[in-house]
This record gives sequence, structure tokens and C-alpha cells, in this order.
Amino acid sequence: MRRFLYVARGVAWRSIHNTLVSPAILLPSIIFPLFFLVAFAGGLSRLADIPNFHYAPGYTGFQFVFVFLQSAAFGGVFTGFAVARDFDSGFARRLLLSAPRRSGIIAGYAVGALLRWTLTGTIVTIAAVIAGMNVDGTGTDLVGLLGLGILFNLVAALWGCGLAMFLRTEQAGAVIQMPVFVLLFLAPVYVPLPLLTGWIHDVARLNPATVVLEAGRGLLASSPVKVGLAFALLAAGAALLAVFARRGLASAERAG
Amino acid sequence: MAAVVVHAESTRAPGLVEQVAAVARRSITRTLRQRALLVFPLLFPLILFAINGSSLSAATKIPGFPTSSYRAFALALPFIQGALFVAVATGTDLARDIETGFFNRLALTPLRGTALLVGQLGGPLVLACIQAVVYLLVGLATGVVIVTGVGGAFVLLALAIMIAFAFASLGALMALRFGTGEAVQGIFPLLFVTVFLSSSSLPRNLIKVEWFREVATYNPVSYLIEGIRSLIITGWDAQALALGFGFAALLLLITLALAGAAMKTRLVRT
Repeated sequence: MRRFLYVARGVAWRSIHNTLVSPAILLPSIIFPLFFLVAFAGGLSRLADIPNFHYAPGYTGFQFVFVFLQSAAFGGVFTGFAVARDFDSGFARRLLLSAPRRSGIIAGYAVGALLRWTLTGTIVTIAAVIAGMNVDGTGTDLVGLLGLGILFNLVAALWGCGLAMFLRTEQAGAVIQMPVFVLLFLAPVYVPLPLLTGWIHDVARLNPATVVLEAGRGLLASSPVKVGLAFALLAAGAALLAVFARRGLASAERAG
Repeated sequence: MAAVVVHAESTRAPGLVEQVAAVARRSITRTLRQRALLVFPLLFPLILFAINGSSLSAATKIPGFPTSSYRAFALALPFIQGALFVAVATGTDLARDIETGFFNRLALTPLRGTALLVGQLGGPLVLACIQAVVYLLVGLATGVVIVTGVGGAFVLLALAIMIAFAFASLGALMALRFGTGEAVQGIFPLLFVTVFLSSSSLPRNLIKVEWFREVATYNPVSYLIEGIRSLIITGWDAQALALGFGFAALLLLITLALAGAAMKTRLVRT
């Protein structure tokens, strides 16, 4: 266990250090969620006037939850990019040779993803509050929303790490990013689920990201819905993807 | 005598048109060989079109929304997003030529800077044409009706290709000024922001937040989108078309002029 923690701590420290000292890595992960918040909450706020659109905290809050969870997911995805970059540069192979407990590498990257998102999530929240977001949820509700974000970040980090370890090239970036992007945008991003029509409604109804998004919006509005289901789905996703990431690591070990 | 003539012809420096053609041929071949460069810029705007065209269909219930089909309203966006990808692809290719020293070798030949710049835009022009046709066909296949008819569709293609060409010149300018692919790709988020801070998702008069509406009004991208959109949902709107073509031409002229100057500097440096 001590060797596991030793490796995890080292990889996490390097991950967050690289993020903080490299603007090219840090800025996109901060700017993109802010930009989405501005574009959606600012440009589309008229959508709140559509008949049957009911969300007590207002459209900024409605979009904040999406952007908050999206930033959590992309914090994990960007960590996948970092893993791929480490394989391209040859660092990951040296790490595999020197780590006394290799599963600590995955844990280290996951902790790095969480630390990176802590910064992004804080900035997005401050921006939303400055933009006039109403928060109806209690302290417990907000802790619940934070919990959803942390678990979503873990799920995406395990996905990104696993796939990057299987593919071991920076060119995997689009493959890591695209499914997460599509999954998120196939949820009710702009209007609540009942207002969606056609194929997007059918897809969104079956999309697990919809449950997480609805739970998050419910918590911000202090009218929790599907919270237990959202946590269960994310926990199951994390468990499955932990196995996936471990297999990715095994694949990288075999490749040498 | 014949041998002398042949020798004279073979050493004659090629004219500007021949030079442009030679560089353009290389640019087009390179573009068509890079499948990833063709497929991703085509697919990504279409994925967003499919998702947003359905997700935002409730927006048509907003009083004063100009059409009952959000898909028709949103069809203008893939053309602009595709143009952004063309800009990045152009800049990245040109930057690679600079980084690998290909430019330095060309500088030793009698090739003119103008021919090099215009020729390098050959591949992006082909890419822009393919994209514009595909987006239009996908729009029609998903039930969008172009209210200006066949003539409007051709004008739409012309405007879309002109916009993409203008953005390609912008990509070339960035590559020539900065000289690295990383710097070119770094401007992509900025370009993307200009699209979202425009009337891309809602008509300007329906944007509720005042500062956002102001930004969208001063953002030239709004007029590029509205030019294309007018042909799809409004009809023959002379003002929208004049602004669309006008801003596209302005962007093209400015970026080409600046890129030409940057090319001269770049060739002197080598």
C-alpha cells in the first residue's frame, strides 16, 4: 500500500505541476468551460421564456450545472491527453520501469485530474455567481452537486487514462474526447428533457449523462431528483472504467 | 539551332501562373492525402448540426423566431465551423513547411512569394468546396428547404466558399507570422469563441442579454452567418447578402494583403 501511495503521489504531483507551469495545458481547461458558460447562459437565456420551461434558479443556474459537470468530465479527458503525451515523449515507459507499484500510476493521474478540476470548477463557479446565478440549494445539496462532479471527473479520468494507455499516442486525443463530448451534448443541455422532441428526446432519455445532469440541476434548485440513481450510475461507471484503465496499463506493460 | 531553342525554353523561368499551378497541385495533393484532415472538419460540424438542430428545436417557440424549423436556422453554422477548420488546416500545413525547412529550400528557387502564397491556398480551396457541397446536401437530406431555390443554393455555395477561403488566408497569415503549428492551433479556440459570440444560435433581436447582443452586433461573424442563413430561411435579402459578401471580401483582402507582406518578410529571413 505504501508503494502504491508513493507512486500515486509522485504522478499526481507531476501532473498538477505540469498543468500549472504550462499555460498551453492550463488555459484551455479553464477558458473552454468559461466560454461555454458565457455562450450558453448569455446567448441562449431567451430559452427560459419558452412555455413550460420551469427552473427556479433561472437559466444561468440551469447552464451552470451543465458547464460545471462538463468541466469535471473534461478535466478527466485532458488527463488522458497528458498520459498520451507521456507515452509519445517516452516518459511513460521510463515510469513503467521505475514504478514499484504500477497501479499507483492510474491513481496518480486520477488525483491529478481531480486537482486540475478543483481549479477549473472553482473558477467556473465564481464566474457563474458573478453573472448573477441564483443558488436555491442548501449546503447539503451543494455538497451533493460537488460529489457528482468529483465522481464524473473520476469516470472521465479513468476513461482517458485507459484509452491513452491502450493507444499510447497523442493522436488518440480525438478518440478520447469525442465520445465524452457527444455523450454530454446528447443530454438535455439547453432545455429540460420534457421540452426535447424527436430523436434527441429518445436518445437523451436513455443517456446516463441525462440522469447526472438532472440530479445536479435538482440539487442546485433544492428539489433533488434521481440523486441516488446518478451516484449509482457514476459509481458503476467508475468501477467498470477502473478495470478498463487497469487493462490499458497491462497492455502498455506488455508493449514495453 | 533547334538545340539552342530547346535549351533556351528549358531554362526559361516559369510564369506566375505556372508557379501558382505547381504549388497549388502540391497543396491539393497533400490535402486529399490527409484523410484525417478531410474527415474531421467535415464530421465535427455535422455532429454539432445534428445535435443542436434537434436540441434547440424548442427555440422556434420563442415569439418572433423567424422560422418553424430550427434545423433550417442552424444549417448556416456548419459552413462557418467548417471554415474555421479550413483556417487551422491551412495554417498547420504552411507552418509545417516552415518548420521542416521546405520554405528555406523554396527561397533558393526563382519562385515568387505571391505564387507560393496563392498556390498554398489551392488545397484549402478544394477542401472548402467539398465541405460546402457536403453541408448543403446533408441539410437538404435532413429536410431543410432553401427558400431561394436552386439559384439561392448556388449563391450560398459561393458565399460559403468565399468565407472558407478568407479564413484559409487568415490561417496562412498566422502560420507566416508565427511559424509554428502549435501557435496556429492555439488561435483555434479564439476563432471558435467568435462564432459562439455571434448570432449563431439565436437571431440577434432575440438575444436577451444586452451585452451579448451588443457583442454579436459588432462581431462580423454574425453577418457571415446571417448572409448564408438569409438564403435558407428568409429569401433574397439584399442587405444580408451585401453584408455577408462584404465582410467575407474584406476579411479576404485584409488577410491576403497581410499574408503577402508576411511572406515577403519570411522569405527575406530565409
